Amino acid sequence: MTRKQRRMTIIGGSLAVLALAAALVLNALRDSIVFFSTPSMVAEKHVEPGKRFRLGGLVQPGSLQRGDNLAVTFEVADGNAKLPVAYKGILPDLFREGQGVVAEGALDANGVFKADTVLAKHDETYMPKEVADALKKQGHWKDDYGAKPGVTAQGDPKGAVR
Amino acid sequence: MIAESGHYALVLALALALIQSIVPLIGARLNDAALMNVARSTALAQLLFVGASFIALVTLHVASDFSVANVYENSHSMKPLIYKITGVWGNHEGSMLLWVSILALFGGLVALFGNNLPLSLRAHVLSVQAWVASAFYLFILMTSNPFLRIANPPIEGRDLNPVLQDIGLAVHPPMLYLGYVGFSISFSFAIAALMEGRIDAAWARWVRPWTLMAWIFLTLGIAMGSYWAYYELGWGGWWFWDPVENASLMPWLAGTALLHSALVMEKRNALKVWTILLSILTFSLSLLGTFLVRSGVLTSVHAFASDPTRGVFILLILCVFIGGSLSLYAARASSLKQGGLFAPISREGALVLNNLFLTTACATVLVGTLYPLGLEVLTHEKISVGAPFFNLTFGPLFVPLLIAVPFGPMLAWKRGDLLGAAQRLMAAGIGALLVLALVWAWARGGSALAAPAIALAVFVILGSLTDLVERAGLFRVPFATALSRARGLPRSVWGTAFAHAGLGVALIGIVCETTWNSEYIGTMKPEDVAKVAGYELKLDGLLQRQGPNFREMIAQFEVFSDGDKVSVMAPSKRSFSTRGSSTTEAALLTRGASQLYVSLGDVTSEGAIAVRIYHKPLVLLIWWGPVLMAFGGMLSLSDRRLRVGAPKPARAQQRLQPAE
Repeated sequence: MTRKQRRMTIIGGSLAVLALAAALVLNALRDSIVFFSTPSMVAEKHVEPGKRFRLGGLVQPGSLQRGDNLAVTFEVADGNAKLPVAYKGILPDLFREGQGVVAEGALDANGVFKADTVLAKHDETYMPKEVADALKKQGHWKDDYGAKPGVTAQGDPKGAVR
Repeated sequence: MIAESGHYALVLALALALIQSIVPLIGARLNDAALMNVARSTALAQLLFVGASFIALVTLHVASDFSVANVYENSHSMKPLIYKITGVWGNHEGSMLLWVSILALFGGLVALFGNNLPLSLRAHVLSVQAWVASAFYLFILMTSNPFLRIANPPIEGRDLNPVLQDIGLAVHPPMLYLGYVGFSISFSFAIAALMEGRIDAAWARWVRPWTLMAWIFLTLGIAMGSYWAYYELGWGGWWFWDPVENASLMPWLAGTALLHSALVMEKRNALKVWTILLSILTFSLSLLGTFLVRSGVLTSVHAFASDPTRGVFILLILCVFIGGSLSLYAARASSLKQGGLFAPISREGALVLNNLFLTTACATVLVGTLYPLGLEVLTHEKISVGAPFFNLTFGPLFVPLLIAVPFGPMLAWKRGDLLGAAQRLMAAGIGALLVLALVWAWARGGSALAAPAIALAVFVILGSLTDLVERAGLFRVPFATALSRARGLPRSVWGTAFAHAGLGVALIGIVCETTWNSEYIGTMKPEDVAKVAGYELKLDGLLQRQGPNFREMIAQFEVFSDGDKVSVMAPSKRSFSTRGSSTTEAALLTRGASQLYVSLGDVTSEGAIAVRIYHKPLVLLIWWGPVLMAFGGMLSLSDRRLRVGAPKPARAQQRLQPAE
């Protein structure tokens, strides 16, 4: 083989692998990504039952009900709309009423969001970014939701101790 | 005083780095040895001052000096000493200080052990190293100063995030940074080579041990982080395809490719231009990882500090270094001389294939990580790209790579014999088929892909061992001869075998854990018994205990197997009053390579407690695999040929190499 032929072999092989990878990526992007919605977006868009998405918002205070065998129901609200959520399993350590939450799952025929994963915020001042952005957009943002330790402590440290 | 001294030392380190960025380069232009040697002294002095600065911050944390904002926000006087120390890098500012300290450490090592490098190459390398360092010193001093004081010092600190109060924090970030930042050396060497317009096999001999060292640390760092997440987060997941994890996986994939292409360059003087590009890309991905984690652009479990001004600053650093180095590459790469020729079926060809698949897999991870960010910027649509995406893209790309792994070391340089290699791998192939049949016959349930995947892993392991057997001549020559031959094999050959086998071991663990994981989730009252995978767990009772800075509720379980008491397990739930948050401490029971995993949920109104029990078959192999890989890397690193600072072979020997 000449130098040129060898190089063409390598380049041809590389292009084949890249084409394969591109096909895989495009295929996966079509089928396996999950969109994020808030309860009011769900109400506007009429998401069809069975389609997976991530639901984010605040856990409506007073809505948490525990059933038998670790079944729980609660409502996720974003100020304009509420959506009932059903989940079976152990809620994360940081799950609280009135706090931010992101759940992944799909709507059932009755309009209840059946979650198979519930993610709660990471510490007491952190809120999932999607939830914070969505709340800001709708004008329900309160500054103390997002009080980050890094921001408060430079001013008055005592104010940051709650 | 300590805080101010630490701050001042950091400013001095910046000044030294600025000198180191410019003076040696002028020296190289003027061919002035004295000016070029400045780099050596400044690199060592820089290490001294950054080290002093880092020790100052550690001292402040240990002394619980709450007049320093960083200590106040991340420490607590009641915190155990080990977490006071590890808390130094459990926050944004401290972790950036650790980052530059490690960068200075690597610069210092090059200065110390680089005596046999050509003087101008060393000057260039240390200069480039200093550019990176200057950028990050500026970043710390301008946006993330860890030594800021508070005007009215509070009495008590806010404590470290409880999830981080774990021994994992002591090991995982330093390891990861040693890996990430270690790739800066190969980056600096690549830029130096481009600036000098000269590159030879000696260059690769220099770069490879540094890359290997960084790769070993990164491998262990990622494995450690994965195990930490597994036992700390309480639901037994060990890899989440979280952007922050991807940020460490991408440099690992590129670094693995670099390791292999540097091999071709060292041995065959080929793939030069590609190796340079990979060096640049690997460190660029490390920088990208730093940006993703430190700028707070991501929503992720790891993002424990965020601030937009910081993000813009790191983005700027990212653009300057990646853009600058790639432009330099575009301008100068064509001037580098062509390397040796090889046939597609050859050791070189196999290594090119390895590089092709590794970089493509890395590219798919990059797409999956950045696509949601890009889409959000462009359309304001929020999506999440999770495990399904990566399983569909990353998985198929790794299958051909794994099939090819045992073939690589069997092929000769320049022109290989694929049929011969296949014949020698026959035994490994038959072994894999036997395993396939066994798993199919024995396994109940689970994915149909599990058996082929395990067979593939067995093929990789047996194939790696076959290479050793072949080289030692086992079964062909008397046993004693084979043994002495095996002992005489270069350590890098053993290293290759261990690293490749580690890949197979990890794959077996991954497949078994995901396929035959069994779980019990439910509420239990004292004296209740839960049955999982042949084990019976009896809840004895709940008790409360006071820890140094938390209260914990412990559940006592007795574990029975076939009626015999095996052990006790005591998972707990800790609540930290300072931050008002709680963590779940899972209990683990290791049986061989498998584990029982128990973690607690909330107590219900009737006094029962929610419990998660998992049986994870062969789960430990997931981490033994990377440990084997790292061990292989260390063996290879200890090979005479690669020893850091090994003398260059005499010129006469170089001339004896076959002419291309």
